[in-house]
Amino acid sequence: MTARIGVVTFPGSLDDRDTRRAIRLAGAEPVALWHKDKDLKQVDAVVLPGGFSYGDYLRAGAISRFSPVMETVIEQARSGLPVLGICNGFQVLTEAHLLPGGMLGNDHLHFVCRDQKLRVENAETAWTGDYRRGQEINIPLKNMDGRYVADQYTLDRLEAEGLVAFRYLVDGAAADGYGNPNGSLNDIAGITNEAGNVVGLMPHPEHAVEPLIGSGRTDGLPFFTSILKKLVNA
Amino acid sequence: MARVVVDVMLKPEILDPQGQAVQRALPRLGFEGISDVRQGKRFELEVDGPVDEAVLARIHDLAESFLANTVIEDFIVKVEEGAEVAEAAK
Repeated sequence: MTARIGVVTFPGSLDDRDTRRAIRLAGAEPVALWHKDKDLKQVDAVVLPGGFSYGDYLRAGAISRFSPVMETVIEQARSGLPVLGICNGFQVLTEAHLLPGGMLGNDHLHFVCRDQKLRVENAETAWTGDYRRGQEINIPLKNMDGRYVADQYTLDRLEAEGLVAFRYLVDGAAADGYGNPNGSLNDIAGITNEAGNVVGLMPHPEHAVEPLIGSGRTDGLPFFTSILKKLVNA
Repeated sequence: MARVVVDVMLKPEILDPQGQAVQRALPRLGFEGISDVRQGKRFELEVDGPVDEAVLARIHDLAESFLANTVIEDFIVKVEEGAEVAEAAK
């Protein structure tokens, strides 16, 4: 028996297949979940993938957050179910208030698609145990609404309690993957809740899991091996 | 039928690059003297029946939980001029 990790497909999800593939490559069993279905099929963890669910109408993630599957995800996340939100999934998690703050359009008003360097700031969440704190990784980033914002009180709390999980590396040339790509406050690329079971980030670890594909790096794979280890050892 | 309008705006402290892009285009179009533009959303809700306090309270809840994300946005609910307003709401 290995861990079963669900991946939700919303209308407009794009990266659900890549995410299921990443889960399989890590050695876990991917389980397809449907937005209209409240049943999570007894999975041990859930990934909300990237894309443009419901066309990003109203606000990115705002309509998905009220879909039937999210009712169950929100309820179970509050009692400890590990949930990872990637890109659009991160937006859904902030809209669902499972993570603090909100996501807005990139400050430069353009879609951004590039390799992005990040620093792992918290290696103690359910999804980051196979990284080291301070480790620098390089994974693809592609978004329109990637600007993380929160009020000063929330930012101070995130920083003080170590809830910033990933930060954009800004000291270097943009061509080498450095820089804040969207105007996110405090260069925040991803955050975790206090319990460490809910993590959201804008960049796409599921696109960096195979040496033959894309950049050739596998810097995203530890997300999926981390959760597998966590679940199997639980 | 009556119309209730919900205006949603980014909170004042949050950067609005779309509004800034609009503002920067103004001098090119010959509009001078406008120092700032902020862009928001307007929702027009056609309500069946009279708009009483209970209906307005429900629309307020809807705006707070769905039409606006109050982490980043403020909203105002108003009954449009000329709409029939029930006694209770006056």
